[in-house]
Amino acid sequence: MTVTETTATPGGTLARTAGPCGGAPGTWAVFRQILWRDVYVTLRSMPTFLAQVVLQPLFLVFVFGKVLTELGYARADYSDLLLPGVIALTCVLTGLQGTALPMVIDFSYTREIEDRLMAPLPTDAVALEKVVFGALRGLIAAVVMFPVGILVLGHIPFDAARLPLLVVVLILATIVGSAMGLALGALVRPDQINIVFALVLTPLLFTGCSQYPWPSLSVLPWFKVATLFNPLTYASEGMRAAMEPSVAHMNPVVAVVVLAACCAGFIGLGGWGFRRRALD
Amino acid sequence: MATRVGPGDDEPPVSGAAPGPAVAAGAPPGPAVAVRDLVKRYPKRPVNAVDGVSFSVAVGEVFGLLGPNGAGKTTTIGILTTRVAPSGGRAEIAGVDVVADPVAARRQLAVVPQRANLDQALSARRNLLFHAAYFGMGPAERSARADELLAQFGLTDRADDKVDRFSGGQVQRLLIARALMHNPRVLFLDEPSAGLDPQARLFIWDRIRDLRTAGVTVLLTTHDMDEAAALADRVGVMDQGKLLALDTPAALVERIGGASTLDVGIGLGAHGDLPALLGGLAALPGVDHLDRVSPDGPGGPGGPGGPGGPGGPAGAGAPHPSPTSVRVRIYGTGDATTLLVPVAGVLEKHGATPRDLTLGRPTLEDVFISLTGRGLRG
Repeated sequence: MTVTETTATPGGTLARTAGPCGGAPGTWAVFRQILWRDVYVTLRSMPTFLAQVVLQPLFLVFVFGKVLTELGYARADYSDLLLPGVIALTCVLTGLQGTALPMVIDFSYTREIEDRLMAPLPTDAVALEKVVFGALRGLIAAVVMFPVGILVLGHIPFDAARLPLLVVVLILATIVGSAMGLALGALVRPDQINIVFALVLTPLLFTGCSQYPWPSLSVLPWFKVATLFNPLTYASEGMRAAMEPSVAHMNPVVAVVVLAACCAGFIGLGGWGFRRRALD
Repeated sequence: MATRVGPGDDEPPVSGAAPGPAVAAGAPPGPAVAVRDLVKRYPKRPVNAVDGVSFSVAVGEVFGLLGPNGAGKTTTIGILTTRVAPSGGRAEIAGVDVVADPVAARRQLAVVPQRANLDQALSARRNLLFHAAYFGMGPAERSARADELLAQFGLTDRADDKVDRFSGGQVQRLLIARALMHNPRVLFLDEPSAGLDPQARLFIWDRIRDLRTAGVTVLLTTHDMDEAAALADRVGVMDQGKLLALDTPAALVERIGGASTLDVGIGLGAHGDLPALLGGLAALPGVDHLDRVSPDGPGGPGGPGGPGGPGGPAGAGAPHPSPTSVRVRIYGTGDATTLLVPVAGVLEKHGATPRDLTLGRPTLEDVFISLTGRGLRG
């Protein structure tokens, strides 16, 4: 063992008394730190983040709201009912994608979430942080859509008296999106995430009433019922009720209540899946 | 002949308390790690991953869990570090029940996992800073501690680089530095030097010795005998979820008997009677026992139990029907050089020829093979 002895260096830094540092931080303090970690990483890659979240809704609004109406294939007021739907879509999809995919990678490939799972706070709080952060991303993306809408369409429908409803629906829509992302990310096996995304995202995108108002579906009764199983329908209808109430829309109370119930349901389901992944 | 310790012996003979290294000030009384009748059963698995394991680790001790792949070492560490829910038994870290209060247990411990789990989105320094922040360390303190540890682990010049380009050795050093950021009482190292080059391995070993000096309790798993012998105050040998033996490395080696070993490669005659030959060798005065060892690697014909001995737990394959050569390790009660002439005589009597001879002393590896057999593990 002479070899090891010759390479030995003095204890230095390590030679300090073992024992946890400082006072025991509360759950909320640790929660803030792990949330700050996610915000920090996003802030450092802000252009990438904005490109990810703005490009798809930008093109949707441009092609459907501008190009099709200019060409006369859609009525001039179509953009007024489209924009609230696209904002709702942005909330839900940004939250979902921004939570589900990183979580799958975190758990299977980089395992970088393990450092937070080993932090002194309950595992449920780590799951909840993922929902909160996903919702924050969704909210930023949705807020960016307002100036984008003005830029592309010239004006956007807005009713100041209904601002509180707008805020409530925005928040619920982003939470429901990231809660669905939590459930997908925690419950789907990594090797199946591609197929599950294909199976979930496309129907979610097109059955969520973001491109058409729900009441107008009376001409297609079976589809009108089918759309009720998509949480995005309630987000789109809630946004329409808040931004362009002149368009026929679902009762906003129903939309808000169902959205809130979906939030609770998906957080419960996702939290259960997350615990199963985190605790062997 | 063979006096061996094996899975047939029910109670792992647990010998005395650990040697007395430096004890951390302010540490709670009692062991740093206490495990009693720990069981982990996975659904749809025929055997328990951890099957009634009990041990305790004194404050400041370096404790090694030694065992083949799939022995249950990592699962045991998983339970102790709150990431695996036990099916039965009790596990405590510094007096905190890991099942009842995982959050408090996490404040006491740190883990260096088998697979790297650094935050790929962050620089080396940020990895350390965020980790410390999760544990409630203030900004100034964590910054100073990160600089100290980066210097200590030779990473100062890589501090602001993202970790995805780090070499295996750098990753492992950063993982250990990160684990130490919050001054844990107990550090868990799962295969700390697997896949590292000799320099990195020796560097990590030195840091582990430093930790021992500093009074940090270290629990490491390994299947590297040299590592266990070099670092651990005590070693627990695990296989198939059970703790087969627990003692200091020296005492474990002593237990398998034999003061020295003689490895003999034997070319067999055309009509040689192998069992009679091996029996003759084992019956020589001065021979404690002998094991057949594989002449051509793990796939070769080697019986775990030696001639007439109990079968190994791994159920190695049956001996080759008519081998042309065998290799045996003879454990002598005294100086093995005195066996050279009698062994040659036995070989000649059975028409066999010695091909090579190696003198040695029993090592922890002999203990390991003696306890866990030669069968390949998944």
